Amino acid sequence: MEKFATHTGVGAPLKHSNVDTDQIIPAVYLKRITKTGFDDALFAGWRKDPEFVLNREPYRNASVLVAGSDFGTGSSREHAVWALRDYGFTAVISSRFGDIFRGNAGKQGLLAAQVEQSDVELLWKLMAEQPGVELTVDLESRTVSCGAVTVPFQIDDYTRWRLMEGLDDIGLTLQHEEDVEAYEQRRPGFKPTTLPART
Amino acid sequence: MTTTTDTTAPRTLAEKVWDDHLVRRGGPGQPDLLYIDLHLLHEVTSPQAFEGLRLAGRGLRRTDLTIATEDHNTPTENIFSTIADETSRKQIETLRRNCEEFGVRLHSLGDAEQGIVHVVGPQLGLTQPGMTVVCGDSHTSTHGAFGALAFGIGTSEVEHVMATQTLPLAPFKTMAITVEGTLKPGVTSKDIILAVIARIGTGGGQGYVLEYRGSAIRSLSMEARMTMCNMSIEAGARAGMIAPDQTTLDYVQGRPHAPQGEDWDAAVAYWRTLHTDEGAEFDREVVIDADELEPFVTWGTNPGQGVPLSRAVPDPEEAEGEDAQDAARRALQYMGLEAGTPMKQIPVDIVFLGSCTNSRIEDLRAAAEILRGRSKAENVRMMVVPGSAKVRLQAEAEGLDRVFTDFGADWRFAGCSMCLGMNPDQLAPGERCASTSNRNFEGRQGKGGRTHLVSPVVAAATAVRGTLSAPSDLEPVG
Repeated sequence: MEKFATHTGVGAPLKHSNVDTDQIIPAVYLKRITKTGFDDALFAGWRKDPEFVLNREPYRNASVLVAGSDFGTGSSREHAVWALRDYGFTAVISSRFGDIFRGNAGKQGLLAAQVEQSDVELLWKLMAEQPGVELTVDLESRTVSCGAVTVPFQIDDYTRWRLMEGLDDIGLTLQHEEDVEAYEQRRPGFKPTTLPART
Repeated sequence: MTTTTDTTAPRTLAEKVWDDHLVRRGGPGQPDLLYIDLHLLHEVTSPQAFEGLRLAGRGLRRTDLTIATEDHNTPTENIFSTIADETSRKQIETLRRNCEEFGVRLHSLGDAEQGIVHVVGPQLGLTQPGMTVVCGDSHTSTHGAFGALAFGIGTSEVEHVMATQTLPLAPFKTMAITVEGTLKPGVTSKDIILAVIARIGTGGGQGYVLEYRGSAIRSLSMEARMTMCNMSIEAGARAGMIAPDQTTLDYVQGRPHAPQGEDWDAAVAYWRTLHTDEGAEFDREVVIDADELEPFVTWGTNPGQGVPLSRAVPDPEEAEGEDAQDAARRALQYMGLEAGTPMKQIPVDIVFLGSCTNSRIEDLRAAAEILRGRSKAENVRMMVVPGSAKVRLQAEAEGLDRVFTDFGADWRFAGCSMCLGMNPDQLAPGERCASTSNRNFEGRQGKGGRTHLVSPVVAAATAVRGTLSAPSDLEPVG
């Protein structure tokens, strides 16, 4: 994973709440066995509408999505994060994220920045006044800036640290191999195993 | 959730299970590392994880704590022919190849143990109290019905569990959902959970593990408890739990992977400790009166947009806040509904009985009980999809399949089917469905399809009358 420090790009307003992961990427696109190439699948149900925000200039090349509350609820599909990333998004801003989506984003270098709903509305207002305006998300200071306006965002310390260092979770856990082995030694013998198979 | 090591202080059920799986406590601001007792796999969220292991030259650490089934993509008819959809076929073939290569037990289409992953785990006795259970599927919360800490994970986490059998997890908060009283006839655990979600909202559970408790919960069967815990994610919660009791023990005992002999005794002694201690504190508490509950149904495009079936489609202007009003207006437009229309006057095209929420034998029995001796409304198509091959066989042994087919319903093979329409079982644009599944999102059951979430008995009554209906709306069988 690449190190993340700061990013500046065109902001796109997505003025809906409860954008579930079925809307971010419908299930029919989940049959692929690769981890890339999902850009065409992003918001597929809505992309057919010429008025949809990402079909309009100057938002086609947006890289910072500013969405309504409860973004990424529902299904655990990490494909939602892959689709946002493949389309070109580097950060998503919302006042509340689905738990699993937020976790998935942190593992793939997509910044899920949580801000107050009033700040989401402020950013929408600034983007409406100046369509195509660039937003800067700064992970070091945990802020989003748009022109002269700067608002804070929340992200947990651990995810921030991993994103800034570009670290991979599995590698970090494998440093604690001895602790895992010690746990396995004290694990109760009555716990079930799938093998040998009993039916 | 607790970050202390004091195990003598009163603790909630979730905290106890958490503490018992601590491999390593994280420092300040760092996640704890938890051991995972059972990892369930299916074809959709695993291929990229297996590929990740391969690229990194890593093995799968505990094949004996891992099991796979084919469910999301599988056809529910002609299951012994080649799968027609090429990408579905390729994804299933990839799972088969990966399980072979890494030594993972797999129940394939046509196998007697194949089925929806959340039906198969409990059925085999692999889901037991006090375990940690994960799967690349948000409805893993189902297994919390046993007093397990069970939650859905993304594909990166699937790969992490494959490689290490652990997960780094930030502590959760806890919420008690207390349901006291007695359910009226025709009211089920599906109605309780839909009412809970309507109360706390689709984001109300975010960051929480929910614990369902109270006399109404104690009186539920294991399968009814699974329905409730299954939909915890629809309130935004990662997990839902119910403390194990005699009902739980009776369900587990004698299943293929249940402990036996001395192991059973040791397990039961441990399981008896798995309850929230007197004096333990929840971060939030919600109380629901079971006596007041009625059959519940959704009118909108998220599971929190629901009302009692006896009511009308709500007026968006009466929703709280501009955001909720806007969401309600959009939902009504998508659903093709007008505010004020009585829910019971809404005609449906399709009734779907199935999914990891409501496809177990008790669900099929309850629906069959209503359909027996009645005939199907002409305008309605009904599809019955058992949750597993075992459920299908059991239903056939009881003659339920004939009740369904005599009624005029399709009797299908096991899988996720029309819950998410990854296989050919999809709604056409504009079609309206009364569905026992878990999500009424736009396009979930097929592009342009309209979903009303209901219980199995409401689904059955709806198939008889052709409009959304409760069992109490039916004429007695004459």
